[in-house]
Amino acid sequence: MFEAIAFYLFAFLTIAMFYITVTTSQALYALTALAAGMIFISAFFFILGADFLGAVQIVVYSGAVMALYAFGMMFFDTTREVKEKQGNKLIIFGLSSVAAVLLVVIFATPIVSDNITALYPMTEGAGNTQEVGMVLFTKYLVPFEIAAVMLLVAMIAGIVLAGKKMDQSLTLMEEDEIRHMRDEQNKKVLL
Amino acid sequence: MEIGLNHYLVLSTILFAIGLVGVMRRKNLLMLFFATEILLNSVNISFAAISHYYGDLTGQMFAFFVIAIAASEVAVGLGLLIVWHKKHNNIDLEQMSTMRG
Repeated sequence: MFEAIAFYLFAFLTIAMFYITVTTSQALYALTALAAGMIFISAFFFILGADFLGAVQIVVYSGAVMALYAFGMMFFDTTREVKEKQGNKLIIFGLSSVAAVLLVVIFATPIVSDNITALYPMTEGAGNTQEVGMVLFTKYLVPFEIAAVMLLVAMIAGIVLAGKKMDQSLTLMEEDEIRHMRDEQNKKVLL
Repeated sequence: MEIGLNHYLVLSTILFAIGLVGVMRRKNLLMLFFATEILLNSVNISFAAISHYYGDLTGQMFAFFVIAIAASEVAVGLGLLIVWHKKHNNIDLEQMSTMRG
């Protein structure tokens, strides 16, 4: 009973928040609505008993990713109204619906066609965090390490791309100034 | 009333459709990134639901890796976006015609 109430409440809230995210013309509204939707999604993870996943969702998405977007938006002109593509609305909604139904078919086909058995069943008497740890550090150790390397690569890429020449702005410089700077850089590379 | 796996799959479908509509009609690249986050999250919901209803932890593991990939995508994507904005002073998709094949 309470599960049903919680499910429908959070489903309504999540859909409303994400609808605002894709339809609003203000970047700040979209950002805050997206952050709220992420937090509401973690409620589903708590209902489903995936406590650790819910905590990770709040920490990583609402904490790290949203903070990163907020910092990134300081570089952009967010007060300007966002212009939209002028496309055929019927085609857009039709294609989206077809793709979404296709997603459900992909997920549901193995369930319908075969009575599947659990590959890594839940352990009795262990909390969700403990179970996740036991599976993650035995069966999924190699993907876990590769994900760590990937995050390191992403961090270095972010620092190199965004942190380079923070004191200069290419949009405020004159054309020949930029060309001069580029030539000097090329000289350094050639040497 | 019992909430079953189908409820979660239908919710995931609706959120995925919302994300796809966002991807197709947005011109601003920052808004396009927001829509991709919605897509990734909707898939995460169905992974967690299937993991719960079949007593299998594999779904949750995949959800973790999806979150890790989303985090690194945001880091690299925002870095590229800042570089583009510094050079061209806008982040509209239609201005990126230099990458047209």
